[in-house]
Amino acid sequence: MTSATTPPAVGRPGPGGPGSGSGRARRGGRPLALLAGIGGQNLSLLGALALVLTVFGLLDDNYLGWTNLQVIAEAATITGLLAVVQTVVIICGGLDISVGSQAGLASVVSAMAFTSAGSSAIAGTAAAVAVGILVGIVNGLVIVRGRVNATIATLAGLAAYKGIAQLVSDGRAQGYVLGDPVFVFLGRGRIAGLPVMVWILIIVALAVHVLLTYTDIGRNLYAIGGNDTAARLAGIAINKYLVAVYALIGAVAALAGILLTARTGSGQPVSGSEGLELKAITAAALGGCALKGGRGGIGGTLLAVALLGALENGLTVQGINAFWQNVAQGSLLVVAVVVQQSRSGDRAVGLPG
Amino acid sequence: MADRATGRPAAVEPAGAPPPPGGTGVVAVTKAFGAVRALSGVTLDFPRGAVTALMGENGAGKSTLLKILTGDHRPTEGHVLLDGRPVELRSPAQARALGIRIVPQEPEIVPHVSVAENVYAGALPTGRGRRLDRAALRRRITADLERLGFAGVLDPDLPGSRLTAAQRQLVEIMRALTGEAKLIAFDEPTSSLSEHEADTLFALIGRLRAQGIAVVYVSHRMREIFRLADRIAVLRDGELAGVQDARGTTEGDLVRQMVGRDLSAVFVRGDVATDRVVLRARGLTTDHVRDVDLTVRAGEVVGLAGLIGAGRSELALALAGDLPVRSGTVTLDGQPLPVGSPGRVIRAGLGLAPEERKAQALFLHRSIRDNTSVAVLERLRRWRFVRRGAERDLARAYTDRLRVRAPSIEHEVRKLSGGNQQKVVLARWLARRPKLLILDEPTRGIDVGAKAEIHRIVADLAEEGVALLVISSELPELLGLADRIVVLQNGRVTGELDRAEATEEAVLQLAMADDITAAGAPAGPTSPGAPT
Repeated sequence: MTSATTPPAVGRPGPGGPGSGSGRARRGGRPLALLAGIGGQNLSLLGALALVLTVFGLLDDNYLGWTNLQVIAEAATITGLLAVVQTVVIICGGLDISVGSQAGLASVVSAMAFTSAGSSAIAGTAAAVAVGILVGIVNGLVIVRGRVNATIATLAGLAAYKGIAQLVSDGRAQGYVLGDPVFVFLGRGRIAGLPVMVWILIIVALAVHVLLTYTDIGRNLYAIGGNDTAARLAGIAINKYLVAVYALIGAVAALAGILLTARTGSGQPVSGSEGLELKAITAAALGGCALKGGRGGIGGTLLAVALLGALENGLTVQGINAFWQNVAQGSLLVVAVVVQQSRSGDRAVGLPG
Repeated sequence: MADRATGRPAAVEPAGAPPPPGGTGVVAVTKAFGAVRALSGVTLDFPRGAVTALMGENGAGKSTLLKILTGDHRPTEGHVLLDGRPVELRSPAQARALGIRIVPQEPEIVPHVSVAENVYAGALPTGRGRRLDRAALRRRITADLERLGFAGVLDPDLPGSRLTAAQRQLVEIMRALTGEAKLIAFDEPTSSLSEHEADTLFALIGRLRAQGIAVVYVSHRMREIFRLADRIAVLRDGELAGVQDARGTTEGDLVRQMVGRDLSAVFVRGDVATDRVVLRARGLTTDHVRDVDLTVRAGEVVGLAGLIGAGRSELALALAGDLPVRSGTVTLDGQPLPVGSPGRVIRAGLGLAPEERKAQALFLHRSIRDNTSVAVLERLRRWRFVRRGAERDLARAYTDRLRVRAPSIEHEVRKLSGGNQQKVVLARWLARRPKLLILDEPTRGIDVGAKAEIHRIVADLAEEGVALLVISSELPELLGLADRIVVLQNGRVTGELDRAEATEEAVLQLAMADDITAAGAPAGPTSPGAPT
């Protein structure tokens, strides 16, 4: 209080003037700093993951074996890719529930382009990625230009892109790609003992993490999700950012679709991609993304993907009905959001914002 | 029930005297949030038929005290006394039923239903099968409007979305006054009202007092306090710093109690304006303003005055590129100002600290550092990577310069007081080094200490040669800061006053011009036999 009686040192922006003390407060020792860096949400996710691994590990000796862990990782890759980009769109205040349909469409396109270009893997993947980006831009423009709520716009996309995939494929699996070394490598290959698919997830996740955390683009995405009016008035071109984010989702969903093709051997319009949006959104929410935007990160999402994958695999290994797995997933989504709401403590009464 | 209407409190009262027998108030109330004591051991009575003003800097405990009175918070220790009986308030609904009412700072209005339905929301008259009884609703609203003297200023059929700020406030007041009210608390009721509209409110508060209701009035504005209050209670750091009869008390006394030091209440600055024109608008027309001519020179502070709804903030937003410009020309430093994109306007050298800090400027869940650097990231990056060290230095430099009080620049902005939040917004724009800075209500809802500091910052910026356009509904502030005052009324400039000509009366006259007679104009209600 006493500092205010002396005239403010305006005009001399010198770093660390008297009474600043700002930013100097460092968190305790190294281990503590590490824990704080991981964050409470991620710690509870790690705890849940350890619990799931322990329980199923005790129930089945092979569950924690290297082979099964790789199965879990491979199965989780496609969900993981979609969850990573879902995280980005949720951070900037949007949502994309058409990711599954986008992946299905890309899967079909990749196989059909591959076949019609005379078994060209490059043509197949390029066509799929191009279609993915196009679809993403359409989503973005509908939301930004048409001023349509993101959930509604991508709900329309969920139906429409699935329909398009079914139309072009006549509702059947298309082509056969496992004669091609590129697709075999993508779906079955290994580098340094890890499946190529898992490497792809690692690279995409790392790139998105760097984008979100270290670049001005990432900062602006958090700003848009935190307060879009303030972001606009601070000079951020929010429409461009949103369209670009939906285009990024389209590109990564296309990648997921290509991997789907590589894994199953053919283009799958619906089976394999249906329901992926639920998994992706569940993972993002479970990983700590605030559904109203502005908060979240890739680390939490990946942990949640691992948790969901381990759970799904464990339940399957135990021979538990797939219907129950859906129930478990739905419950997890609700639990994740309830926990998130109670932690944020912004608004104890009234309708959720 | 003891008649307290004539029993005005003694001139000098020991701080914390308990409510007299049969009285209403709080006794030894303490509220702790974890380790933080928002309120400690406050005892204060609210006599019926008197206006008790509650003052204090932001964070002094005023809101907490109100929330305890209205059942939003339960006290950690102590209790609320109502007509001499200790009551345990478990919910706002219970407090309401007991006759304790509050008019919140931000009116909560349902946009798509009528005034009448807004007023009685939750207790609408219903007929058979829970159908809305429109005839009964009509009778009730007509009677209540008559009783409160609002007939004519508030159309009961108007939907909530079409109400002016003043009318929204009236709806909240009507809600508070339905049924039998014993105590009514007003939480900074004039912060969104023009001076003229505030007069209507003051007349009403006078009537409430005459009816023997205990009125609690929270405000930062000295003039209102002295005009309305019978007694003034000051809180500081959660404790009662003093209670006194309003007569015989000076502003200086109150400021000392509030901040524990002397401060000049109104800031007056010297003339440092140059001849270099920075902003020149000619015939600027938008959806809200028409034919506005405006010039701001380097080092000059131009004040923009007007009633609520006159188009001041809309003019600011149009200049900042956030609202469309229909016609006219705007130049900044001689160059045409790009329109329709805040980003391009900012790069051209214009900054706007908008009216609603939290809604329009701040990222509440982000750090002070993030909030400070957001508009200058493009200068802080190397190949799209934000240079963290440079960013930290910048945030520290500007938050130190503006004396933002926070434990660290990594502190979340939502945890700061209003004054410090406003300083963070200013830090953002100072870091950007704009040629023209527009400040829309820069001190609204801010305590006196921080207010004086913000006035100081404005003065220093002018000395550095920044052109400033300041919008404020507080005339003394505008008169103290501005070299020139431009008055808007109903979207048009009705006059321009230089420092020598500018008085509150002159500004008000231009602001209300021919508007007083215009029925239903956005200027809001006029009270019979009201002001100047």
